[in-house]
Amino acid sequence: MLGRTLQEVSEALKQGLVTPTELCQRCLSLIKKTKILNAYITVSEEVALKQAEESEKRYKKGHSLGDLDGIPVAVKDNFSTAGIETTCASNMLKGYVPPYNATVVQKLLDQGALLMGKTNLDEFAMGSGSTDGIFGPVKNPWSYSKQYREKRKQKSHGESEDSHWLITGGSSGGSAAAVSAFTCFAALGSDTGGSTRNPAAHCGVVGLKPSYGLVSRHGLIPLVNSMDVPGILTRCVDDAAIVLGILAGHDPKDSTTIQDPVKPFTLPSLTDMSKLCIGIPKEYLTPELSSEVQSLWSKAANLFESEGAKVIEVSLPHTSYSIVCYHVLCTSEVASNMARFDGLEYGHRCDTDVSTEAMYAATRREGFNDVVRGRILSGNFFLLKENYENYFVKAQKVRRLIAHDFVNVFNSGVDVLLTPTTLSEAVPHTEFIREDNRTRSAQDDLFTQAVNMAGLPAVSVPMALSSQGLPIGLQFIGRAFCDQQLLTVAKWFEKQVQFPVIQLQELMDDCSSIFENEKLASVSLK
Amino acid sequence: MATPVLRWCCPGRRWVFAGIGGVSRHGRGVPTGSTSSGKRGQSSVAQQPLITAQKPRKGEREWAAVVGLEIHAQIASNSKLFSGSQVDFAAPPNSLVSFFDASLPGTLPVLNRRCVEAAVMTGLALDCHINRRSLFDRKHYFYADLPAGYQITQQRLPIAVNGSLVYSVCVGKRRSQMVTKTAGVKQIQLEQDSGKSLHDSLRSQTLIDLNRAGVGLLEVVLEPDMSCGEEAAAAIRELQLILQALGTSQANMAEGQLRVDANISVHNPGEPLGVRTEVKNLNSARFLAKAIDYEIQRQINELENGGKILNETRSFDYKLGCTVPMRDKEGKQDYRFMPEPNLPPLLLYDSESLPTGTDPQQVINIDQLREQLPELPRVTREKLVQQYGMLPEHSFALLNEVGLLEFFQNVIKETRAEPKKVTSWVLNTFLGFLKQQNLAVSESPVTPSALAELDLLDRKAISSSAAKQVFQELWRSKGKTPAQIVAEKKLELMQDAEALEQLCRSTLEAHPQVVTDVKKGNPRAINKLIGLVRRATLGRADPTVIKEVLERQLSL
Repeated sequence: MLGRTLQEVSEALKQGLVTPTELCQRCLSLIKKTKILNAYITVSEEVALKQAEESEKRYKKGHSLGDLDGIPVAVKDNFSTAGIETTCASNMLKGYVPPYNATVVQKLLDQGALLMGKTNLDEFAMGSGSTDGIFGPVKNPWSYSKQYREKRKQKSHGESEDSHWLITGGSSGGSAAAVSAFTCFAALGSDTGGSTRNPAAHCGVVGLKPSYGLVSRHGLIPLVNSMDVPGILTRCVDDAAIVLGILAGHDPKDSTTIQDPVKPFTLPSLTDMSKLCIGIPKEYLTPELSSEVQSLWSKAANLFESEGAKVIEVSLPHTSYSIVCYHVLCTSEVASNMARFDGLEYGHRCDTDVSTEAMYAATRREGFNDVVRGRILSGNFFLLKENYENYFVKAQKVRRLIAHDFVNVFNSGVDVLLTPTTLSEAVPHTEFIREDNRTRSAQDDLFTQAVNMAGLPAVSVPMALSSQGLPIGLQFIGRAFCDQQLLTVAKWFEKQVQFPVIQLQELMDDCSSIFENEKLASVSLK
Repeated sequence: MATPVLRWCCPGRRWVFAGIGGVSRHGRGVPTGSTSSGKRGQSSVAQQPLITAQKPRKGEREWAAVVGLEIHAQIASNSKLFSGSQVDFAAPPNSLVSFFDASLPGTLPVLNRRCVEAAVMTGLALDCHINRRSLFDRKHYFYADLPAGYQITQQRLPIAVNGSLVYSVCVGKRRSQMVTKTAGVKQIQLEQDSGKSLHDSLRSQTLIDLNRAGVGLLEVVLEPDMSCGEEAAAAIRELQLILQALGTSQANMAEGQLRVDANISVHNPGEPLGVRTEVKNLNSARFLAKAIDYEIQRQINELENGGKILNETRSFDYKLGCTVPMRDKEGKQDYRFMPEPNLPPLLLYDSESLPTGTDPQQVINIDQLREQLPELPRVTREKLVQQYGMLPEHSFALLNEVGLLEFFQNVIKETRAEPKKVTSWVLNTFLGFLKQQNLAVSESPVTPSALAELDLLDRKAISSSAAKQVFQELWRSKGKTPAQIVAEKKLELMQDAEALEQLCRSTLEAHPQVVTDVKKGNPRAINKLIGLVRRATLGRADPTVIKEVLERQLSL
């Protein structure tokens, strides 16, 4: 049951093949069994069970709230959840219990979703590995998959199995792992430079970054306000569309959301491929790109072409400036956004009481890790009066050029861009930490981050396993606010590639029953 | 008023040291204190290197002072600039704080329409250009009553620019002449107020009240077009009246709804502007004038003694009556401005540019607001002058006191008395009583109708001194009508001609010396006799009638 998609399990709930409480308990037990993944910071067991009970009552009365009623979901720990600790994986917010729900969380709850818990991340979402939070790194479920283990056995001998666990990518690694390991059916991530798509690719799940302004940021603890978007992680494209349909739309609490109403939608099946034009940005063919990803990328392009779509090479000439430009804009906003963490109103406060200034300094020193402090420091440097024009203003101009690159390409008739999501498959933690956070983020955001500069929708869809048995995802980038069109193309692609299901029996050998399809055989699916 | 060492040269413009008789080495009295462009640091007048190179000798130089003002006016609005919290000056501490006001992570600003309208209306009233597109910025500094670590303001592109504030100052020997002046309005910007810090030095604690945090402010920047404390105070008073007329701010300085920072510098006419200091947080018009005049004098003294003026922030010690440097480094901080990413550009429309089919709740039409503008104080005063033949300074006085104009107009409605007489009653007698007892117009025990009735009696049945007595009685005994008082106190004019004849005669008999003086032709002697008779009638006889009788009896 748990291996199913959201859509499938929603159908099972409606048909009474499983009850919300049953589903909730199974997920909770799986969360416990996969504790080693460190995907969750907080498991909101009581809350979830209570919600399940409510949901069950609704189903009994025949008043289900919709597709999400009774569906276990997880939320990245940088979304405010009323009454549930929200830490951003930082000492600064350890013990902080928000008094309100983020709009996206509220929308999920209003639909009857069960909140299983808050997922792990890099501190304040600053990172690309989910390795730099105070609760420790998230482990990629694929580290324990049958697919990966078998390949590894062939290569190395004698090394301890567990020391070679893989990173999930990040910063929404907890959410990606939670979905990948079947502990929930959908999870919220956040995406500022690729933080949803990157771990989605590494964990073999679908990771959607909606158009900027389509989904409310109210309650999302910001990294870069002008680029942050709540992300959606699911096991298939249709599920992402269902969740997006619920989350999208104007929020009076977020002035940057679109005014036009958005209705829930279902994705059509793509039939006439001849009308589709896929762009392949030539600048994305970088020397750092692994040959395996590269060959899958061209295979995918060929697939579209062979099915009748027009596939053309396009140019996004300012791509190479994106990372450095992002660095300036991101750190500047970080410096500003982090100014509120002074220990006065909420969060960590040091013991020093010599003076207010000393208290600020010690609180912030103790509360933030090196990565956060480093970004604050650079950001403040860029915002200094003497540097502002040379850095911030220039970076904004470059940002406009980057956004314009996309506009030009889409104006030339391209519907969707096809690119890699990551340079390679997930790497072992030991290898990942050889480079520092900044270097890693710069490398890993290469394909994902320009999209945030331009506010476009993008989705990472798992395509195939690498020679090591690890997932590789490709990214589709759409026109602003053409999220449905983007997902329609992604859905077609997903259907073609038939990405294999993760086999986690070894990790959970003592709960094999969970994966038995006892009742599902009789479920009729559309 | 000015400090005693200083005296006025040309009206309110330049400062000249006593002892040199106003003789300037630079000759002509062209005021160079104000530069219309508003650019500081460079005078529009060419430098005179020979003179500037010389070391000034004390008391020999003429000084011009330049004063610019930054005013923060709290917007009269039910809720804060970016949150739904209520605004109430008197609420218990921290009772009006939304999640956004406390800067809880993840909260976002949502612009309050009412505040934008208030800014537009104020801009229109001050003849500003209203920017169709304005932007919000973050201004960073760490302070305990600034929870977010930054203030949202409009640094780059404010909502209104390039306006002017017309105000008047009193000049002349009796300070009864009004001279109109203009100060440029550089810009009006919307911004958030901060919270309040209460320092408990005894327990070395700081207590924070966030009720005020996030309240909408209009920052009005006046060009350095003023030259002394009195001008600054007059400009502020006028601005206050305008804001109150518009209803965009209650602008009560005592409650902190209107706060003023002054930028002050002095220089020798014909030379570049001097280094300026900023005097912060002036909370009354009187202290504003005092602080500015003190600071001008201090700077002159400093320079006369060969010292230098530091570009610093000072505060006014109202007990000592002087300005002192502020210890905090606020003035030197780099605020690291950056665009506020959570607020899209603020777009305003006029009837022509209004996009069709838009929800009127979502857009602001400048033309519509322009139509709704109430009458501004300047116009009200002009009308008073025209309609009632009032002196301009009287029109100022009527508007200066809250409710006084309305009181005046109500009296006028109910009487056929000369407006001049009513003006005199209201401004001299009535206002005098109010001031003496420190009361507001609304607290007055005398109603407009009572005053109107009194005025009527004044013209017919009682003498003016008796009228004043009735007024006093009215003030004391609420509820009685003037007629009742007149009857009770027997204040009506003596109607008995024979009795008056008798009184006059006996007075003449009792004062032969004065009679002799009158007969000798001393014109003032008759007044003495009139006075004596009036006293004998207990003020109930009309002096002109007494005069007639006396003259007849003396056969003059």
